[in-house]
Amino acid sequence: MLRVSVRAAQPGGFTLDVDFDADAGTTILFGASGSGKTTVLRAIAGFLRPASGRVTVGDSVLLDTASGINVPVHQRRVGYLGQDLALFPHMTVEQNIAYGLAAVDRAARDVRVREMLERFNIAGLGRRKPAQLSGGEQQRVALARCLATAPRVLLLDEPLSALDHGTQTLIMEDLRAWNRRDPIPIVYVTHSHREAFELGQQILVMEGGRIEARGTPHEVLDAPARFGVANIAGFENVFRADVRAANATEGTMTCVIGGQTEIEVPFSGAAVGDQVHIAVRAGDVMVATERPRNLSARNLLEGEVMSLERRGPMVIARIAAGADLEVHLTPGACQSLQLAQGTRVWVVIKTYSWRVLTSDDEDIRRLF
Amino acid sequence: MDVQALLLSVRLAVVVSLSLLVIGLPLAYWLALSRWRWKFLVESVVALPLVLPPTVLGFYVLLAIGARSPLGGAWSRWFGHGLAFTFEGLAIASVLYSLPFAVQPFTAAFSQVDRKLLEASAILGASPWRTFRRVMLPLSIKGIITGIVLSFAHTIGEFGVVVMVGGNIPGVTRTVSIAIYDDVQALNFARANATAVVLFAFSGVVLALVYALNHRVWSVQPEM
Repeated sequence: MLRVSVRAAQPGGFTLDVDFDADAGTTILFGASGSGKTTVLRAIAGFLRPASGRVTVGDSVLLDTASGINVPVHQRRVGYLGQDLALFPHMTVEQNIAYGLAAVDRAARDVRVREMLERFNIAGLGRRKPAQLSGGEQQRVALARCLATAPRVLLLDEPLSALDHGTQTLIMEDLRAWNRRDPIPIVYVTHSHREAFELGQQILVMEGGRIEARGTPHEVLDAPARFGVANIAGFENVFRADVRAANATEGTMTCVIGGQTEIEVPFSGAAVGDQVHIAVRAGDVMVATERPRNLSARNLLEGEVMSLERRGPMVIARIAAGADLEVHLTPGACQSLQLAQGTRVWVVIKTYSWRVLTSDDEDIRRLF
Repeated sequence: MDVQALLLSVRLAVVVSLSLLVIGLPLAYWLALSRWRWKFLVESVVALPLVLPPTVLGFYVLLAIGARSPLGGAWSRWFGHGLAFTFEGLAIASVLYSLPFAVQPFTAAFSQVDRKLLEASAILGASPWRTFRRVMLPLSIKGIITGIVLSFAHTIGEFGVVVMVGGNIPGVTRTVSIAIYDDVQALNFARANATAVVLFAFSGVVLALVYALNHRVWSVQPEM
Protein backbone atom coordinates (compact mmCIF):
# COMPACT_ATOMS: atom_id res chain seq x y z
CA MET A 1 0.00 0.00 0.00
CA LEU A 2 1.11 3.50 -0.84
CA ARG A 3 0.72 6.16 1.85
CA VAL A 4 1.21 9.77 0.86
CA SER A 5 1.15 12.84 3.04
CA VAL A 6 2.83 15.92 1.61
CA ARG A 7 2.75 19.67 2.03
CA ALA A 8 4.60 22.01 -0.31
CA ALA A 9 4.29 25.65 -1.27
CA GLN A 10 3.80 25.91 -5.02
CA PRO A 11 5.01 28.69 -7.34
CA GLY A 12 1.38 29.28 -8.40
CA GLY A 13 0.69 30.76 -4.98
CA PHE A 14 -1.27 27.85 -3.56
CA THR A 15 -0.14 25.26 -1.09
CA LEU A 16 -0.21 21.60 -1.90
CA ASP A 17 -1.60 19.69 1.06
CA VAL A 18 -2.67 16.11 0.42
CA ASP A 19 -3.01 13.00 2.50
CA PHE A 20 -4.17 9.67 1.09
CA ASP A 21 -3.64 5.92 0.94
CA ALA A 22 -3.73 3.90 -2.25
CA ASP A 23 -4.19 0.12 -2.22
CA ALA A 24 -3.40 -2.19 -5.09
CA GLY A 25 -5.60 -1.19 -8.02
CA THR A 26 -6.19 2.17 -9.61
CA THR A 27 -6.58 5.40 -7.68
CA ILE A 28 -7.66 8.27 -9.88
CA LEU A 29 -6.36 11.76 -9.16
CA PHE A 30 -9.00 13.92 -10.77
CA GLY A 31 -9.16 17.66 -11.16
CA ALA A 32 -8.79 20.69 -13.38
CA SER A 33 -5.34 21.59 -14.65
CA GLY A 34 -3.37 23.50 -12.05
CA SER A 35 -5.06 21.71 -9.16
CA GLY A 36 -1.79 20.04 -8.15
CA LYS A 37 -2.27 16.50 -9.49
CA THR A 38 1.06 16.34 -11.30
CA THR A 39 2.85 17.84 -8.31
CA VAL A 40 1.60 14.98 -6.14
CA LEU A 41 3.02 12.42 -8.61
CA ARG A 42 6.35 14.25 -8.82
CA ALA A 43 6.62 14.28 -5.04
CA ILE A 44 6.00 10.51 -4.91
CA ALA A 45 8.56 9.92 -7.68
CA GLY A 46 11.10 12.10 -5.88
CA PHE A 47 11.50 14.75 -8.59
CA LEU A 48 10.58 17.40 -6.08
CA ARG A 49 11.10 17.54 -2.37
CA PRO A 50 8.10 18.78 -0.41
CA ALA A 51 8.60 21.12 2.55
CA SER A 52 7.23 18.45 4.80
CA GLY A 53 5.74 15.05 4.30
CA ARG A 54 6.03 11.31 4.37
CA VAL A 55 5.72 8.81 1.53
CA THR A 56 5.85 5.07 2.16
CA VAL A 57 5.32 1.98 0.03
CA GLY A 58 4.57 -1.05 2.18
CA ASP A 59 7.26 -1.01 4.87
CA SER A 60 9.78 1.07 2.99
CA VAL A 61 10.04 4.80 3.56
CA LEU A 62 10.71 6.87 0.42
CA LEU A 63 10.43 10.25 2.09
CA ASP A 64 10.19 11.36 5.66
CA THR A 65 11.11 14.98 6.19
CA ALA A 66 10.77 14.58 9.95
CA SER A 67 13.67 12.11 10.11
CA GLY A 68 15.53 13.51 7.08
CA ILE A 69 14.94 10.51 4.79
CA ASN A 70 14.74 11.34 1.09
CA VAL A 71 15.51 8.32 -1.09
CA PRO A 72 16.97 9.46 -4.46
CA VAL A 73 14.75 8.99 -7.51
CA HIS A 74 16.81 6.15 -8.97
CA GLN A 75 16.54 4.09 -5.80
CA ARG A 76 12.78 4.47 -5.25
CA ARG A 77 11.64 1.63 -7.55
CA VAL A 78 8.63 3.62 -8.63
CA GLY A 79 7.24 3.59 -12.17
CA TYR A 80 6.39 6.97 -13.68
CA LEU A 81 4.90 7.72 -17.05
CA GLY A 82 3.88 11.20 -18.15
CA GLN A 83 2.07 12.60 -21.13
CA ASP A 84 5.51 13.13 -22.56
CA LEU A 85 6.63 9.51 -22.94
CA ALA A 86 10.37 10.28 -22.87
CA LEU A 87 11.40 7.22 -24.87
CA PHE A 88 15.15 7.31 -25.53
CA PRO A 89 15.37 8.37 -29.19
CA HIS A 90 18.83 6.85 -29.75
CA MET A 91 17.81 3.38 -28.59
CA THR A 92 15.67 0.68 -30.18
CA VAL A 93 12.42 -0.46 -28.58
CA GLU A 94 14.24 -3.46 -27.09
CA GLN A 95 17.02 -1.28 -25.68
CA ASN A 96 14.45 1.10 -24.22
CA ILE A 97 12.64 -1.73 -22.44
CA ALA A 98 15.92 -3.30 -21.26
CA TYR A 99 17.18 0.04 -19.91
CA GLY A 100 15.76 -0.41 -16.42
CA LEU A 101 17.08 -3.98 -16.18
CA ALA A 102 20.78 -3.15 -15.79
CA ALA A 103 21.05 -5.19 -12.59
CA VAL A 104 19.66 -8.33 -14.25
CA ASP A 105 22.00 -10.72 -16.11
CA ARG A 106 21.85 -10.75 -19.87
CA ALA A 107 19.87 -13.96 -20.42
CA ALA A 108 17.19 -13.02 -17.88
CA ARG A 109 17.04 -9.55 -19.35
CA ASP A 110 16.37 -10.86 -22.86
CA VAL A 111 13.61 -13.11 -21.53
CA ARG A 112 12.03 -10.23 -19.65
CA VAL A 113 12.17 -7.91 -22.67
CA ARG A 114 10.52 -10.53 -24.91
CA GLU A 115 7.84 -11.13 -22.29
CA MET A 116 7.06 -7.38 -22.05
CA LEU A 117 6.97 -7.04 -25.85
CA GLU A 118 4.38 -9.80 -26.01
CA ARG A 119 2.30 -8.62 -23.10
CA PHE A 120 1.92 -5.17 -24.60
CA ASN A 121 1.36 -6.41 -28.16
CA ILE A 122 4.47 -4.87 -29.66
CA ALA A 123 6.39 -8.07 -30.37
CA GLY A 124 7.25 -7.14 -33.98
CA LEU A 125 8.68 -3.73 -33.13
CA GLY A 126 11.72 -4.63 -31.03
CA ARG A 127 14.34 -3.35 -33.46
CA ARG A 128 12.63 -0.07 -34.38
CA LYS A 129 13.47 3.35 -33.07
CA PRO A 130 10.75 5.31 -31.22
CA ALA A 131 10.48 7.80 -34.10
CA GLN A 132 9.35 4.96 -36.37
CA LEU A 133 6.34 4.09 -34.17
CA SER A 134 2.76 5.35 -34.08
CA GLY A 135 1.47 7.20 -31.02
CA GLY A 136 -0.29 4.12 -29.66
CA GLU A 137 2.79 1.95 -30.21
CA GLN A 138 5.02 4.49 -28.44
CA GLN A 139 2.55 4.44 -25.56
CA ARG A 140 2.79 0.66 -25.27
CA VAL A 141 6.59 0.75 -25.39
CA ALA A 142 6.66 3.39 -22.65
CA LEU A 143 4.33 1.31 -20.46
CA ALA A 144 6.34 -1.85 -21.13
CA ARG A 145 9.60 -0.06 -20.29
CA CYS A 146 8.10 1.27 -17.10
CA LEU A 147 6.66 -2.07 -15.97
CA ALA A 148 9.66 -4.19 -16.99
CA THR A 149 11.44 -2.96 -13.86
CA ALA A 150 8.65 -4.38 -11.65
CA PRO A 151 7.97 -1.09 -9.85
CA ARG A 152 6.30 -1.12 -6.44
CA VAL A 153 3.98 1.72 -7.43
CA LEU A 154 2.95 2.97 -10.86
CA LEU A 155 2.38 6.71 -11.39
CA LEU A 156 0.59 7.66 -14.61
CA ASP A 157 0.14 11.30 -15.58
CA GLU A 158 -2.46 11.50 -18.34
CA PRO A 159 -0.54 8.94 -20.39
CA LEU A 160 -3.39 8.34 -22.83
CA SER A 161 -4.55 11.88 -23.48
CA ALA A 162 -2.82 12.13 -26.87
CA LEU A 163 -4.50 8.99 -28.27
CA ASP A 164 -7.80 8.33 -30.02
CA HIS A 165 -10.56 6.64 -28.00
CA GLY A 166 -10.21 3.22 -29.62
CA THR A 167 -6.50 3.00 -28.86
CA GLN A 168 -7.08 4.37 -25.34
CA THR A 169 -9.58 1.60 -24.61
CA LEU A 170 -7.22 -1.13 -25.87
CA ILE A 171 -4.32 0.17 -23.79
CA MET A 172 -6.52 0.56 -20.70
CA GLU A 173 -7.54 -3.08 -21.19
CA ASP A 174 -3.86 -4.14 -21.34
CA LEU A 175 -3.14 -2.12 -18.22
CA ARG A 176 -6.04 -3.67 -16.31
CA ALA A 177 -5.01 -7.18 -17.38
CA TRP A 178 -1.45 -6.51 -16.23
CA ASN A 179 -2.63 -5.10 -12.90
CA ARG A 180 -4.77 -8.19 -12.21
CA ARG A 181 -1.62 -10.36 -12.46
CA ASP A 182 0.62 -7.91 -10.69
CA PRO A 183 -1.48 -6.03 -8.16
CA ILE A 184 0.36 -2.85 -7.17
CA PRO A 185 -1.07 0.60 -6.47
CA ILE A 186 -1.54 2.70 -9.59
CA VAL A 187 -2.02 6.44 -9.17
CA TYR A 188 -3.60 7.74 -12.35
CA VAL A 189 -3.90 11.44 -13.07
CA THR A 190 -6.61 12.45 -15.50
CA HIS A 191 -9.30 15.00 -16.14
CA SER A 192 -11.27 12.66 -18.38
CA HIS A 193 -14.53 11.29 -16.90
CA ARG A 194 -14.30 8.31 -19.19
CA GLU A 195 -10.89 7.23 -17.89
CA ALA A 196 -12.00 7.88 -14.31
CA PHE A 197 -15.05 5.64 -14.66
CA GLU A 198 -13.30 2.95 -16.70
CA LEU A 199 -10.21 2.56 -14.56
CA GLY A 200 -10.82 3.87 -11.10
CA GLN A 201 -11.64 2.01 -7.92
CA GLN A 202 -10.92 5.04 -5.79
CA ILE A 203 -11.09 8.62 -6.93
CA LEU A 204 -9.55 11.66 -5.29
CA VAL A 205 -10.84 14.97 -6.58
CA MET A 206 -8.26 17.73 -6.28
CA GLU A 207 -8.80 21.44 -6.27
CA GLY A 208 -6.38 24.20 -5.34
CA GLY A 209 -3.80 21.74 -4.04
CA ARG A 210 -6.21 19.87 -1.75
CA ILE A 211 -8.28 16.74 -1.97
CA GLU A 212 -11.86 18.01 -2.09
CA ALA A 213 -13.66 14.69 -2.30
CA ARG A 214 -12.87 10.98 -2.28
CA GLY A 215 -14.73 7.74 -2.83
CA THR A 216 -15.65 5.54 -5.78
CA PRO A 217 -16.05 7.35 -9.12
CA HIS A 218 -19.83 6.87 -8.96
CA GLU A 219 -20.14 8.24 -5.46
CA VAL A 220 -17.97 11.24 -6.13
CA LEU A 221 -18.70 12.21 -9.71
CA ASP A 222 -22.40 11.32 -9.76
CA ALA A 223 -23.40 12.90 -6.49
CA PRO A 224 -20.93 15.66 -5.76
CA ALA A 225 -21.58 17.16 -2.36
CA ARG A 226 -19.64 20.36 -2.97
CA PHE A 227 -19.74 23.04 -5.63
CA GLY A 228 -16.11 22.83 -6.64
CA VAL A 229 -16.51 19.15 -7.31
CA ALA A 230 -19.82 19.68 -9.11
CA ASN A 231 -18.16 22.08 -11.45
CA ILE A 232 -15.26 19.79 -12.23
CA ALA A 233 -17.44 16.72 -12.37
CA GLY A 234 -19.36 18.14 -15.29
CA PHE A 235 -22.52 19.52 -13.71
CA GLU A 236 -22.71 22.38 -16.14
CA ASN A 237 -25.86 23.84 -14.58
CA VAL A 238 -25.64 24.99 -10.98
CA PHE A 239 -28.34 27.25 -9.52
CA ARG A 240 -29.00 28.98 -6.26
CA ALA A 241 -32.45 27.90 -5.09
CA ASP A 242 -34.90 28.61 -2.25
CA VAL A 243 -36.64 25.62 -0.69
CA ARG A 244 -40.41 26.28 -0.90
CA ALA A 245 -41.77 22.88 0.13
CA ALA A 246 -40.19 19.74 1.49
CA ASN A 247 -41.81 16.33 1.35
CA ALA A 248 -39.57 13.94 3.23
CA THR A 249 -41.93 10.97 2.92
CA GLU A 250 -41.99 11.17 -0.86
CA GLY A 251 -38.31 12.02 -0.93
CA THR A 252 -38.74 15.23 -2.88
CA MET A 253 -38.71 18.95 -2.32
CA THR A 254 -39.76 21.93 -4.37
CA CYS A 255 -37.30 24.71 -4.97
CA VAL A 256 -37.55 28.03 -6.75
CA ILE A 257 -34.82 29.26 -9.04
CA GLY A 258 -34.61 32.59 -10.80
CA GLY A 259 -37.36 34.03 -8.54
CA GLN A 260 -40.33 32.12 -9.98
CA THR A 261 -39.44 28.86 -11.68
CA GLU A 262 -40.42 25.86 -9.54
CA ILE A 263 -38.22 22.79 -9.68
CA GLU A 264 -38.76 19.43 -8.02
CA VAL A 265 -35.56 17.91 -6.70
CA PRO A 266 -34.66 14.97 -4.42
CA PHE A 267 -35.15 15.64 -0.70
CA SER A 268 -31.85 16.61 0.90
CA GLY A 269 -32.83 17.24 4.51
CA ALA A 270 -33.11 20.99 3.93
CA ALA A 271 -35.96 22.89 5.60
CA VAL A 272 -38.50 25.20 3.98
CA GLY A 273 -36.95 28.65 3.58
CA ASP A 274 -33.38 27.30 3.35
CA GLN A 275 -31.18 28.35 0.51
CA VAL A 276 -29.52 25.48 -1.34
CA HIS A 277 -27.74 24.93 -4.64
CA ILE A 278 -29.00 22.48 -7.19
CA ALA A 279 -27.13 21.11 -10.19
CA VAL A 280 -27.93 19.13 -13.31
CA ARG A 281 -25.74 17.80 -16.11
CA ALA A 282 -26.25 19.35 -19.53
CA GLY A 283 -26.55 15.84 -20.98
CA ASP A 284 -29.44 14.96 -18.60
CA VAL A 285 -31.73 17.70 -19.89
CA MET A 286 -34.27 16.73 -22.57
CA VAL A 287 -35.73 19.09 -25.18
CA ALA A 288 -39.09 18.88 -27.00
CA THR A 289 -40.60 21.24 -29.55
CA GLU A 290 -44.18 20.49 -28.43
CA ARG A 291 -45.55 20.28 -24.93
CA PRO A 292 -45.03 16.61 -23.95
CA ARG A 293 -47.97 14.78 -22.34
CA ASN A 294 -48.23 11.87 -19.94
CA LEU A 295 -44.67 12.22 -18.78
CA SER A 296 -43.12 10.78 -15.62
CA ALA A 297 -40.60 13.61 -15.41
CA ARG A 298 -41.82 16.26 -12.97
CA ASN A 299 -39.99 19.28 -14.28
CA LEU A 300 -41.39 20.73 -17.48
CA LEU A 301 -40.25 24.23 -18.37
CA GLU A 302 -41.19 26.34 -21.37
CA GLY A 303 -38.38 28.30 -22.94
CA GLU A 304 -36.55 29.57 -25.97
CA VAL A 305 -33.29 28.57 -27.67
CA MET A 306 -30.83 31.43 -27.21
CA SER A 307 -27.87 29.92 -29.05
CA LEU A 308 -26.60 26.71 -30.64
CA GLU A 309 -22.94 25.86 -30.92
CA ARG A 310 -21.44 22.78 -32.55
CA ARG A 311 -18.49 21.45 -30.52
CA GLY A 312 -16.93 18.19 -31.67
CA PRO A 313 -19.52 15.41 -31.62
CA MET A 314 -22.17 17.44 -29.82
CA VAL A 315 -24.23 20.57 -29.96
CA ILE A 316 -24.29 22.90 -26.99
CA ALA A 317 -27.62 24.69 -26.70
CA ARG A 318 -28.33 27.56 -24.35
CA ILE A 319 -31.97 27.71 -23.42
CA ALA A 320 -33.75 30.39 -21.45
CA ALA A 321 -36.48 28.60 -19.49
CA GLY A 322 -36.97 30.59 -16.34
CA ALA A 323 -33.25 30.14 -15.81
CA ASP A 324 -30.43 29.85 -18.34
CA LEU A 325 -29.72 26.19 -18.97
CA GLU A 326 -26.86 24.57 -20.86
CA VAL A 327 -28.08 21.51 -22.76
CA HIS A 328 -26.00 19.00 -24.71
CA LEU A 329 -27.63 17.39 -27.76
CA THR A 330 -26.49 15.14 -30.56
CA PRO A 331 -26.32 16.84 -33.96
CA GLY A 332 -28.96 14.34 -35.17
CA ALA A 333 -31.42 15.29 -32.43
CA CYS A 334 -30.80 18.94 -33.11
CA GLN A 335 -31.53 18.42 -36.81
CA SER A 336 -34.70 16.33 -36.44
CA LEU A 337 -36.16 18.88 -34.02
CA GLN A 338 -35.15 21.64 -36.46
CA LEU A 339 -33.76 23.69 -33.60
CA ALA A 340 -32.58 27.19 -34.36
CA GLN A 341 -32.02 30.34 -32.42
CA GLY A 342 -35.41 31.57 -31.18
CA THR A 343 -37.21 28.18 -31.41
CA ARG A 344 -39.86 27.70 -28.68
CA VAL A 345 -39.05 24.55 -26.76
CA TRP A 346 -40.06 22.53 -23.72
CA VAL A 347 -37.33 21.41 -21.36
CA VAL A 348 -37.74 18.17 -19.43
CA ILE A 349 -35.69 17.26 -16.35
CA LYS A 350 -36.33 14.25 -14.11
CA THR A 351 -36.41 14.90 -10.39
CA TYR A 352 -33.54 12.49 -9.82
CA SER A 353 -31.34 14.14 -12.43
CA TRP A 354 -30.95 17.04 -10.01
CA ARG A 355 -28.32 17.02 -7.30
CA VAL A 356 -28.64 19.13 -4.20
CA LEU A 357 -25.31 20.52 -3.03
CA THR A 358 -24.37 21.45 0.49
CA SER A 359 -23.37 25.01 0.84
CA ASP A 360 -19.91 26.39 1.28
CA ASP A 361 -19.35 30.12 1.38
CA GLU A 362 -16.03 30.15 -0.38
CA ASP A 363 -17.28 28.00 -3.22
CA ILE A 364 -20.41 30.10 -3.64
CA ARG A 365 -18.32 33.22 -4.01
CA ARG A 366 -16.24 31.53 -6.67
CA LEU A 367 -19.23 30.36 -8.67
CA PHE A 368 -21.47 33.44 -8.60
CA MET B 1 58.82 22.89 -43.37
CA ASP B 2 59.60 22.65 -39.67
CA VAL B 3 58.55 19.05 -38.93
CA GLN B 4 59.77 19.16 -35.34
CA ALA B 5 57.61 22.22 -34.60
CA LEU B 6 54.62 20.67 -36.34
CA LEU B 7 54.90 17.45 -34.35
CA LEU B 8 55.24 19.44 -31.12
CA SER B 9 52.10 21.42 -31.94
CA VAL B 10 50.16 18.22 -32.63
CA ARG B 11 51.40 16.71 -29.37
CA LEU B 12 50.38 19.84 -27.48
CA ALA B 13 46.96 19.89 -29.14
CA VAL B 14 46.32 16.23 -28.28
CA VAL B 15 47.28 16.79 -24.63
CA VAL B 16 45.14 19.93 -24.44
CA SER B 17 42.08 18.34 -26.11
CA LEU B 18 42.21 15.32 -23.82
CA SER B 19 42.66 17.53 -20.74
CA LEU B 20 39.69 19.62 -21.83
CA LEU B 21 37.63 16.47 -22.21
CA VAL B 22 38.43 15.54 -18.61
CA ILE B 23 37.94 19.06 -17.20
CA GLY B 24 35.37 20.35 -19.66
CA LEU B 25 32.75 17.59 -19.57
CA PRO B 26 32.03 17.76 -15.82
CA LEU B 27 32.21 21.57 -15.90
CA ALA B 28 29.80 21.74 -18.85
CA TYR B 29 27.50 19.18 -17.22
CA TRP B 30 27.34 21.35 -14.14
CA LEU B 31 26.82 24.53 -16.19
CA ALA B 32 24.00 22.90 -18.16
CA LEU B 33 22.08 21.53 -15.17
CA SER B 34 22.87 23.81 -12.25
CA ARG B 35 20.32 26.36 -11.11
CA TRP B 36 22.80 28.14 -8.88
CA ARG B 37 22.16 31.87 -8.72
CA TRP B 38 25.78 32.86 -9.34
CA LYS B 39 26.33 30.43 -12.22
CA PHE B 40 26.76 33.34 -14.62
CA LEU B 41 30.02 34.25 -12.87
CA VAL B 42 31.49 30.84 -13.72
CA GLU B 43 30.19 31.20 -17.28
CA SER B 44 31.94 34.57 -17.57
CA VAL B 45 35.24 33.16 -16.33
CA VAL B 46 35.02 30.29 -18.81
CA ALA B 47 34.34 32.73 -21.67
CA LEU B 48 37.09 35.16 -20.62
CA PRO B 49 39.79 33.77 -22.98
CA LEU B 50 37.51 34.63 -25.93
CA VAL B 51 37.92 38.37 -25.31
CA LEU B 52 41.18 38.60 -23.40
CA PRO B 53 44.30 39.39 -25.49
CA PRO B 54 46.42 36.20 -25.50
CA THR B 55 49.37 38.20 -24.22
CA VAL B 56 47.39 39.27 -21.14
CA LEU B 57 46.32 35.71 -20.44
CA GLY B 58 49.88 34.49 -21.09
CA PHE B 59 51.32 37.15 -18.79
CA TYR B 60 49.17 36.15 -15.85
CA VAL B 61 49.68 32.45 -16.47
CA LEU B 62 53.42 33.12 -16.49
CA LEU B 63 53.12 34.85 -13.11
CA ALA B 64 50.95 32.02 -11.78
CA ILE B 65 53.37 29.26 -12.79
CA GLY B 66 56.53 31.15 -11.90
CA ALA B 67 58.83 29.71 -9.23
CA ARG B 68 57.66 32.28 -6.68
CA SER B 69 53.94 31.52 -7.07
CA PRO B 70 52.26 28.77 -4.97
CA LEU B 71 51.57 26.63 -8.08
CA GLY B 72 55.02 27.03 -9.60
CA GLY B 73 56.68 26.51 -6.21
CA ALA B 74 54.73 23.33 -5.50
CA TRP B 75 55.51 22.01 -8.99
CA SER B 76 59.24 22.65 -8.44
CA ARG B 77 59.20 20.78 -5.14
CA TRP B 78 57.42 17.76 -6.69
CA PHE B 79 59.18 17.53 -10.06
CA GLY B 80 62.48 19.26 -9.43
CA HIS B 81 62.06 21.89 -12.13
CA GLY B 82 59.83 24.91 -12.70
CA LEU B 83 56.84 25.20 -15.03
CA ALA B 84 57.73 28.34 -16.97
CA PHE B 85 59.23 27.69 -20.41
CA THR B 86 58.40 23.96 -20.26
CA PHE B 87 55.95 21.82 -22.26
CA GLU B 88 53.83 21.24 -19.13
CA GLY B 89 53.58 24.98 -18.45
CA LEU B 90 52.62 25.56 -22.05
CA ALA B 91 49.96 22.83 -21.82
CA ILE B 92 48.42 24.41 -18.70
CA ALA B 93 48.28 27.81 -20.38
CA SER B 94 46.78 26.29 -23.55
CA VAL B 95 44.09 24.46 -21.61
CA LEU B 96 43.00 27.76 -20.06
CA TYR B 97 43.19 29.54 -23.40
CA SER B 98 41.07 26.92 -25.22
CA LEU B 99 38.63 26.35 -22.35
CA PRO B 100 35.66 28.17 -23.94
CA PHE B 101 36.17 26.40 -27.27
CA ALA B 102 35.49 23.09 -25.56
CA VAL B 103 33.16 24.01 -22.70
CA GLN B 104 30.73 26.16 -24.68
CA PRO B 105 29.86 23.51 -27.31
CA PHE B 106 29.68 20.86 -24.56
CA THR B 107 27.32 23.01 -22.48
CA ALA B 108 25.13 23.84 -25.46
CA ALA B 109 24.86 20.15 -26.35
CA PHE B 110 24.00 19.11 -22.79
CA SER B 111 21.42 21.88 -22.48
CA GLN B 112 19.62 20.60 -25.56
CA VAL B 113 19.05 17.14 -24.09
CA ASP B 114 15.43 16.90 -22.96
CA ARG B 115 15.23 16.93 -19.13
CA LYS B 116 12.35 14.46 -19.38
CA LEU B 117 14.79 11.87 -20.76
CA LEU B 118 17.12 12.36 -17.79
CA GLU B 119 14.17 12.01 -15.42
CA ALA B 120 13.01 8.87 -17.25
CA SER B 121 16.48 7.39 -16.86
CA ALA B 122 16.53 8.10 -13.12
CA ILE B 123 13.07 6.70 -12.49
CA LEU B 124 14.13 3.52 -14.34
CA GLY B 125 16.79 3.07 -11.67
CA ALA B 126 19.85 4.47 -13.43
CA SER B 127 22.43 6.19 -11.23
CA PRO B 128 23.44 9.72 -12.23
CA TRP B 129 26.64 8.32 -13.74
CA ARG B 130 24.75 5.75 -15.84
CA THR B 131 22.32 8.46 -16.95
CA PHE B 132 25.30 10.55 -18.05
CA ARG B 133 26.91 7.68 -19.99
CA ARG B 134 23.83 6.14 -21.57
CA VAL B 135 21.58 9.16 -22.22
CA MET B 136 23.43 12.47 -21.86
CA LEU B 137 26.63 11.57 -23.75
CA PRO B 138 25.09 9.75 -26.76
CA LEU B 139 22.55 12.52 -27.26
CA SER B 140 25.20 15.27 -27.15
CA ILE B 141 27.92 13.50 -29.10
CA LYS B 142 27.94 16.07 -31.92
CA GLY B 143 28.54 18.97 -29.57
CA ILE B 144 31.28 17.04 -27.81
CA ILE B 145 33.09 16.24 -31.06
CA THR B 146 32.71 19.87 -32.13
CA GLY B 147 34.25 21.01 -28.84
CA ILE B 148 37.20 18.64 -29.15
CA VAL B 149 37.89 19.56 -32.78
CA LEU B 150 37.67 23.29 -32.06
CA SER B 151 39.97 23.17 -29.04
CA PHE B 152 42.44 20.99 -30.98
CA ALA B 153 42.53 23.41 -33.91
CA HIS B 154 42.65 26.43 -31.64
CA THR B 155 45.68 25.02 -29.79
CA ILE B 156 47.53 24.26 -33.04
CA GLY B 157 47.12 27.87 -34.11
CA GLU B 158 47.83 29.76 -30.89
CA PHE B 159 50.68 32.23 -30.80
CA GLY B 160 50.49 34.93 -28.15
CA VAL B 161 50.12 32.64 -25.16
CA VAL B 162 52.97 30.43 -26.39
CA VAL B 163 55.31 33.37 -26.80
CA MET B 164 54.55 34.61 -23.29
CA VAL B 165 54.61 31.29 -21.44
CA GLY B 166 56.72 28.92 -23.51
CA GLY B 167 59.27 31.07 -25.24
CA ASN B 168 60.97 29.51 -28.20
CA ILE B 169 62.82 26.35 -27.24
CA PRO B 170 63.07 23.88 -30.17
CA GLY B 171 61.41 20.54 -29.36
CA VAL B 172 60.01 21.86 -26.07
CA THR B 173 57.96 24.98 -26.67
CA ARG B 174 58.70 26.02 -30.25
CA THR B 175 55.28 25.36 -31.82
CA VAL B 176 54.37 25.65 -35.47
CA SER B 177 53.10 29.24 -35.35
CA ILE B 178 56.28 30.35 -33.59
CA ALA B 179 58.33 28.54 -36.23
CA ILE B 180 56.54 30.44 -39.00
CA TYR B 181 57.11 33.74 -37.20
CA ASP B 182 60.82 32.95 -36.80
CA ASP B 183 61.21 32.00 -40.44
CA VAL B 184 59.62 35.26 -41.53
CA GLN B 185 61.87 37.22 -39.17
CA ALA B 186 64.84 35.42 -40.74
CA LEU B 187 63.47 36.29 -44.22
CA ASN B 188 63.18 32.56 -44.95
CA PHE B 189 59.86 32.98 -46.79
CA ALA B 190 59.98 29.63 -48.61
CA ARG B 191 60.22 27.66 -45.36
CA ALA B 192 57.58 29.85 -43.67
CA ASN B 193 55.27 29.27 -46.64
CA ALA B 194 55.74 25.49 -46.56
CA THR B 195 54.63 25.37 -42.92
CA ALA B 196 51.88 27.94 -43.40
CA VAL B 197 50.31 25.98 -46.27
CA VAL B 198 50.07 22.89 -44.09
CA LEU B 199 48.36 24.89 -41.33
CA PHE B 200 46.08 26.57 -43.85
CA ALA B 201 44.94 23.24 -45.28
CA PHE B 202 44.58 21.77 -41.81
CA SER B 203 42.31 24.61 -40.65
CA GLY B 204 40.15 24.27 -43.76
CA VAL B 205 39.72 20.54 -43.25
CA VAL B 206 38.89 20.97 -39.56
CA LEU B 207 36.21 23.60 -40.19
CA ALA B 208 34.69 21.53 -43.00
CA LEU B 209 34.57 18.60 -40.58
CA VAL B 210 32.79 20.59 -37.87
CA TYR B 211 30.23 22.06 -40.24
CA ALA B 212 29.59 18.72 -41.94
CA LEU B 213 29.00 17.17 -38.56
CA ASN B 214 26.49 19.80 -37.57
CA HIS B 215 24.72 19.68 -40.91
CA ARG B 216 24.36 15.91 -40.74
CA VAL B 217 26.16 15.28 -44.03
CA TRP B 218 26.96 12.04 -42.33
CA SER B 219 26.09 10.87 -38.91
CA VAL B 220 28.35 9.53 -36.19
CA GLN B 221 25.40 7.85 -34.56
CA PRO B 222 22.56 5.83 -36.11
CA GLU B 223 19.83 8.07 -37.47
CA MET B 224 17.22 8.82 -34.87
